[in-house]
Amino acid sequence: MPDDIAASGGLDAYLPLVMLLALSFGFAVFSVAIAPLVGPKRFNKAKSEPYECGIEPSPQPVAGGGRIPVKFYLTGMLFILFDIEMVFLYPYAVAADAVGMFGFIAVTIFIVAITIPYVYEWARGGLEWD
Amino acid sequence: MIASSWLLVAFPALGALILLAGGRRTDAWGHLLGCATVLASFAYGVALFFASDGKPTDTTLYSWMPVADLQVDLGLRIDALSLVFVLLITGVGSLIHIYAIGYMSDDTDRRRFFGYFNLFVTAMLILVLGDNFVSLYLGWEGVGLASYLLIGWYQWKPSAATAAKKAFIMNRVGDVGLALAIFLMWKHIGSVSYTEVFAGIGDVDSGVILAIGLLLLLGACGKSGQFPLQAWLPDAMEGPTPVSALIHAATMVTAGVYLIARANPIYNATPNAQLAVVIIGAFTLLLGAIIGCAYDDIKKVLAYSTVSQIGYMMLAVGLGPIGYALGIMHLLTHGFFKAGLFLGAGSVMHGMNDEVDMRKFGGLWRTMPITFVTFGIGYLALIGFPFSAGYFSKDAIIAAAFAQEETWRAWVFGGAAVLGAGLTAFYMTRLMLMTFFGKRRWTELKSEDGRDFHPHESPPVMTIPMMILAIGSAGAGAFFVFNGQLAEWLAPSLGALQEAEHGVVPHSAVPFIVVGISALGVLLAWLIFGRREIAVERQPVGAVVRAARSDLYGNALNEAVFARPGTWLSRALVYVDNKGVDGFVNGLAALLGGSSGRLRRLQTGFVRSYALSMLVGSFLLVGLLLMVRFA
Amino acid sequence: MPQQFLAQGEQLQVPAIDFAAVLPILIVFGAASIGVLLEAFLPKHQRWSSQIALSLTGIVGAGIALAAYISDAPEGGITTFMAQGATTGAIAVDTPALFLWGTLLALGLASLLMIGDRSLEPGGAFISQAGLQSGGLQTREQANVTGMQTEIFPLTLFALGGMMTFVAANDLLTMFIALEVLSLPLYLMAGLARRRRLLSQEAAVKYFLLGAFASAFFLYGVALLYGYAGSVKLAEIAAATAGSSASDTLLYAGIGLVVVGLLFKGSVGPFHTWTPDVYQGAPTPVTGFMAACTKVAAFGGMLRVLTVAFEPASWEWEVPLWLIAVISMAIGAIFGLTQRDLKRMIAYSSIAHAGFLVVGAMTLTEDGLSSTLFYLLAYGFTTIAVFGVISLVRDANGEATDLSSWAGLAKRSPLVAGVFTFLLLALAGIPLTSGFIGKFAVFSAALADGNAALVVIALVASAVAAFFYLRVVVLMYFSEPAAEGPAVTVPGAFTTAAITLGTAATLVLGIVPAFALNWASAGGFVP
Repeated sequence: MPDDIAASGGLDAYLPLVMLLALSFGFAVFSVAIAPLVGPKRFNKAKSEPYECGIEPSPQPVAGGGRIPVKFYLTGMLFILFDIEMVFLYPYAVAADAVGMFGFIAVTIFIVAITIPYVYEWARGGLEWD
Repeated sequence: MIASSWLLVAFPALGALILLAGGRRTDAWGHLLGCATVLASFAYGVALFFASDGKPTDTTLYSWMPVADLQVDLGLRIDALSLVFVLLITGVGSLIHIYAIGYMSDDTDRRRFFGYFNLFVTAMLILVLGDNFVSLYLGWEGVGLASYLLIGWYQWKPSAATAAKKAFIMNRVGDVGLALAIFLMWKHIGSVSYTEVFAGIGDVDSGVILAIGLLLLLGACGKSGQFPLQAWLPDAMEGPTPVSALIHAATMVTAGVYLIARANPIYNATPNAQLAVVIIGAFTLLLGAIIGCAYDDIKKVLAYSTVSQIGYMMLAVGLGPIGYALGIMHLLTHGFFKAGLFLGAGSVMHGMNDEVDMRKFGGLWRTMPITFVTFGIGYLALIGFPFSAGYFSKDAIIAAAFAQEETWRAWVFGGAAVLGAGLTAFYMTRLMLMTFFGKRRWTELKSEDGRDFHPHESPPVMTIPMMILAIGSAGAGAFFVFNGQLAEWLAPSLGALQEAEHGVVPHSAVPFIVVGISALGVLLAWLIFGRREIAVERQPVGAVVRAARSDLYGNALNEAVFARPGTWLSRALVYVDNKGVDGFVNGLAALLGGSSGRLRRLQTGFVRSYALSMLVGSFLLVGLLLMVRFA
Repeated sequence: MPQQFLAQGEQLQVPAIDFAAVLPILIVFGAASIGVLLEAFLPKHQRWSSQIALSLTGIVGAGIALAAYISDAPEGGITTFMAQGATTGAIAVDTPALFLWGTLLALGLASLLMIGDRSLEPGGAFISQAGLQSGGLQTREQANVTGMQTEIFPLTLFALGGMMTFVAANDLLTMFIALEVLSLPLYLMAGLARRRRLLSQEAAVKYFLLGAFASAFFLYGVALLYGYAGSVKLAEIAAATAGSSASDTLLYAGIGLVVVGLLFKGSVGPFHTWTPDVYQGAPTPVTGFMAACTKVAAFGGMLRVLTVAFEPASWEWEVPLWLIAVISMAIGAIFGLTQRDLKRMIAYSSIAHAGFLVVGAMTLTEDGLSSTLFYLLAYGFTTIAVFGVISLVRDANGEATDLSSWAGLAKRSPLVAGVFTFLLLALAGIPLTSGFIGKFAVFSAALADGNAALVVIALVASAVAAFFYLRVVVLMYFSEPAAEGPAVTVPGAFTTAAITLGTAATLVLGIVPAFALNWASAGGFVP
């Protein structure tokens, strides 16, 4: 099997990449491993907080079980929906000339398909926060 | 005439359909319809019998399974062998159907009973009429199903449910054998039809033929209650007595004999498989006869007698061309007298509050004269009283067993057959004496549900079938051997019956030996049971009787070999299942080093352990792929 | 070989799309989309009836379109969605695909009828508001609110459309998309049970997590295969396998991972672990849909991938798949013996059947293909009817799936017990049922291909499995009914129709299977 690769002359070009990988991996391991060994150990209140920048994390209201409300996810998903739409529309805009009528129809179908769930969410109250 | 032979199957099938689908609406006349359909088939069978010359005629009904190369047509083969079976099934079947009208008259579900009964006849006819092994398999499973439903008829009895289950499972073991044999034929010959398989058997490797022969034998053992799959048949007596008579004495249990006789070109090509058939037959006939001596339950005794008699038939068909026709002849005479005996036993039970314990009978010949006489004729036929049916058919088998070419075989199997005849005479005489003669032990006893016994003769609808069967038991044997006409008739299907010339025992001496040994058995039974009082309670007995009473430890053997490892295995596997992957690791570790205690156990149901098992599975799959590639 | 970019002003050639061929899929997806809009605009009380009407029309319409296409389909099949300069398209419409579409539509119709039923449970088998936290007072009240999440109908249609695409996908990427389209709705549907919410939600989450895991395997496999062959098209992978000098490790690791993804969907052991939990927790109509249609789709896809793409490597994957078939049959047959819950038991039965199906799928002959297709058809109908019957036996807490509550059922309801017995016999493979024909065809095909040992193991496994079907029969007929046992609900027209359809098909395919077998063997995969 290694002979095959050598014969196709394939992997030589990847050697620097592999070395870079090894280097970065090694650095990460080194940093994590060395810090507790050489670093000074002094504790204070700030260090036990979630974020050491000093901002107190504000807890969610207990009424909702301390969780993030489901509405948040609905809005989040909506964001992804349009995000994806955007990802596809940019290339289309660039190539609109070349793909012609067929492309136009295809993109129209795509937008309609994206719109249907959006309409559903809107009509069923997914966008009302309260 | 022959082209419309499907009518044979269609009548009872229609009956079953109407009775089972029609529900309560058909209650009033359902039993009559059930009898009528079987009688119609019988009439048609008789007509066919006279129209046919016995040569095989295959009729294709329709193409059942056309899978590219594999063509399985649903077809019927009308030939000498199948016609004989059609007459036996529909003839004896009609009589037992009629009898069941009386026997089941108190059952609120009598209609459904007849529905199942018709279903059974349908399946049995498909079994014997099919022109290929898959049709046979279809009937094979069908009779198994019907038998299962009927054994469990008295649903409220746990013993009936257990017996039904046992029958089904042990039959499944046999079915796997039959299925494998069919697959082997398909693989090596490329067909499953009788014509092509038998034509092509010569070109097949001898090892394969042996395998096919042994697998078919396994199937036959399952269906016919032969060692080592005999234990279900006596338990099957939990069903109503007409069921025992029709299915577990006269017809279904002989399907194994039919299978081997039908597949005679295969067995002719493989002497080793024939030897296996003979060994199984001889062993089972002794086993059944010994166990039959020990039971006090009248139906159980008859059941073991059936096991033993089928052993004779297997022995006969295992002998090859000198035995096929003899086996079928004994099958037919046995069909008459054993059905008659069971109906007689049913008649006794009918008059005795369904009591089956012979110790509570005695002196019944006065109160049930017709039953006594018809039962007596069946008894004489079974023990081979000179010129009764069994005399001709059984003695012929014993003579053929003595006539094998190899001396040791002749002595061993002939001797076993003679010994079996003596034992048969012993246990059947014991049964007769305990039931019909001696003191009337029931006068001071009560039945289990607290009623007094008022033995009475059964109604004509029950006694007339018994009488007809008694006539058959008395005369069928002589009729069959007259001019050798049965053997001659069967020749197109089984080959000509070869006369066995040189036996280790002179041919003419065999009847005398057999009758002598049988007389000895009768005498012995009379000495033990005829002269003395029979205790109603069980007596302390010696080791031999104890062993026989526990079916020669057959159940224990089955328990140890089949059930216990199965239970153990499934329990062990449940444990593994419950403990998930860690449990498996535990189990493996325990198996290897006994160190399971140190490993932690995790509960099941965790997605993480499921995911882990998937991951391990994937690694194994990919690893195996690469291993196969680079190995 | 990098693709050439289009030069300035050059026109892209329109991909060839044979709309008539893919019309059934388009109709199903179209109906699903309209269903979503109906959810958006219709008031609550009108939704159920209009969704039912729409979904049934969609499926029947797709069936008509399929029939119309089949009546003059080109010999040997076609591929469509073919890009410029390509040799094969993304969707293959050939005999197996058409057969599987027909199967899926018929099974989908039966499932939809059960999903739409409102006679057994007031308001249907689905919760009216799935979003509420389970265990609370609201949830308990909800069990008695008539009304359901009618989103189930478009979800079913989306899943069905995904399955139809899956079995026709001619490249691995299309296949992956179809896999997700069919899976995501199923995850949701599993969590919508009206009663036993926690169990249902647990099932949904488990199915989702493990399904995502399996999808990752599949996608990783696709990536490796692309690395090996430079293409995701099935035919080109096969061509590359036959004559490529690139590293084999990529190929076999890729095959292994893609197959894992497929085996997971087909609930083949050892990738079956989700099956009992999900079958038990999901609403019974959904379980029926999953057990029948998902299995058809998974094995339809597996047949195509193994035959079209991996056939040149068959020598290598034969041994591992052999082993997997044995493991699956053993797990299904043996664990099934000790189950106390009927739905779990059928789940293990489906694992055993999956093992039998692997036996068929790895037999790359014409017989192997046609018999496996037939097996899928037969098994699908029987399974749907089985779950239909299970949904009939209920007590105060909904369905009574514990085995003990089925004791003595024959006395209370001979018809239901009779039908169930027949279906169990079909699962056990007793002659005159479709199960027998399916097993016989598959096993004889495998035997003709030289896989005798596997057939012997399969026969033994089916004999063992017959025992646990029998246990239920014994229980129904030979046990005393419990004093306060469940009652058999008289089903409304929908469930009756579904059970009748499944049972009748089981019987018809057992007695006159010739037409289906002929259709299944009418042609192979388009190359």
